[in-house]
Amino acid sequence: MTAAAHAYAAIVGARFRMLLQYRAAALAGFATNLFWGFIRVMIFDAFYRSSAAPQPMSREDVMGYIWLGQAMFALLPWNTDPDVRGMIRTGTVAYELVRPLDLYALWFSRGLAARLAPTLLRAVPMLVIAWLFLGLQLPPSLASGAAWVAATAGALLLSSALATLLTLSLLWTLSGEGVTRIVPPLVYMLSGMVIPLPLYPDWAQPLLDFLPFRGLVDTPFRLYLGHIPPEHVGAVLAHQLVWTAALVLLGRRLLARATRRLVVQGG
Amino acid sequence: MPQIVVENLTKTFRVAERDPGIGGALRGLVRRRHRAVAALGGVSFCLEPGELVGYIGPNGAGKSTTVKVLAGILVPDGGRCEVLGRVPWKERIAHVAQIGVVFGQRTQLWWDLPVVESFDLLRDIYRVPKADYARSRNELIALLALEPLLDVPVRQLSLGQRMRCDLAAALLHAPRLLFLDEPTIGLDAVSKLAVRDFIRTLNRERGVTVILTTHDMDDIEALCTRVIVIAGGKIASDGTLEALRARVTRERWLLVDLEDADATVTDPDAEVIRRDGHRIVLAFDPDRVATAVLIARLAARHAVRDLFVQNPPIEEIIARLYGGEEPARP
Repeated sequence: MTAAAHAYAAIVGARFRMLLQYRAAALAGFATNLFWGFIRVMIFDAFYRSSAAPQPMSREDVMGYIWLGQAMFALLPWNTDPDVRGMIRTGTVAYELVRPLDLYALWFSRGLAARLAPTLLRAVPMLVIAWLFLGLQLPPSLASGAAWVAATAGALLLSSALATLLTLSLLWTLSGEGVTRIVPPLVYMLSGMVIPLPLYPDWAQPLLDFLPFRGLVDTPFRLYLGHIPPEHVGAVLAHQLVWTAALVLLGRRLLARATRRLVVQGG
Repeated sequence: MPQIVVENLTKTFRVAERDPGIGGALRGLVRRRHRAVAALGGVSFCLEPGELVGYIGPNGAGKSTTVKVLAGILVPDGGRCEVLGRVPWKERIAHVAQIGVVFGQRTQLWWDLPVVESFDLLRDIYRVPKADYARSRNELIALLALEPLLDVPVRQLSLGQRMRCDLAAALLHAPRLLFLDEPTIGLDAVSKLAVRDFIRTLNRERGVTVILTTHDMDDIEALCTRVIVIAGGKIASDGTLEALRARVTRERWLLVDLEDADATVTDPDAEVIRRDGHRIVLAFDPDRVATAVLIARLAARHAVRDLFVQNPPIEEIIARLYGGEEPARP
């Protein structure tokens, strides 16, 4: 088992090194995130200035929520795996099946690496800049900070499980273009990346609580801000991990069905 | 005990079809038509350890499908298949740890990483013990002359260099069985020879069983002791190259270079099948006329500059076998 884990770790590492090669992409992504961050800050600033009614979240918390969102943007499951997409188009996917590895675990590892590497690359400078110049506060307590780190790890697993499902859809659609147009807006809206979830109407809250997307953005960020007290970290992690387990099971069943009817493109 | 047993293997693909043009595309949106394409229609053969078998056939005959079933990638619809005592698709992970696969048109190396990092990754994936890995890696580097390529990212390799690296990548875990799907496709003459030499060494010296699919008949002539021909999803022939030749034709070719390019050449026992300036190609049946007699007759009538006898090229033979009839002569 440890030997198997070693193999997957090696693949994550390779993916990591590969993504680190693309410095220009990292820089461009960082600049884009910063730009959108300012736009979102201005929108919510206008909203808080024009509204006298008490809001479920303070203006400072929303600003923190936005900058955390800009820092952690690459963590979201917004795309099918570009490598797998290429392999399915060209038929190179055949090589994935001649490896003595579990294909689901292999693609999950790829998805994990594809989220982890760019997130680290962008989050660290973005957080530093936000702390120094953009008014992002440190977590109110060590406990809140630790809860945020734990929930971010949970979000990474949840996101990888969702991303692996997107990748698996390629086995039916081949191009994945439809999926990558429909899914990202849904994920952004329902996770809190566009509007912080506490600002949604009360009737929507039970649904948002139930769906997995809250665990990607909203709950980790509110743990950081202290908006969710750190002693609730257990419930947050449970929500993330139960969904992760369900999505992994679903993904495995889909993959088992797909491999039986596999056609390798291009002979 | 045979390493590979294939009995009555069948596989059918469903292919979506539509009429050409915009009308066909619109109809296809509403109602999909599917056509069943039989890729394998009852294929059977056995392979003993240490064989080097050429598996040939026209495009779409089922070569690659067979290889993919044997490699555990595709699940067949029916029939029996055992490789090294396992059913490939049922115990895929244990099975693929024992085999090596090269698809000539695709690379298994990580496009953006230097070659040596791909090798290290494969070591981790196949869990090759450190000492074994060092030995087999160094051997492969020496045999395939890979030393200068190790630090080059794969995307910058030429096709010939990439194929040598791909061969090494398929063998780092010392598999007992190697599947090569068109390993010489698109390679220049020098690279082809290097790949062939390597395959021969591997088979003779290490006893690795090799199944080779190819369209290059020189590969077959240079390497294979046994040739399986598949056409239309069925085995059309299985045996030595000589037996294959004998089955299709006993014909020999006599190539003659004449001093006089305009000479009229006729002979009762031979047929002129090609004329190219001074060169004339005659086909004859050695049972009807002895080669020496034919040569003597020609030399008596014409000024012969040079001549030699050869078997018809293997392409010719295969074409006849695929077609089941006499193909147009060149």
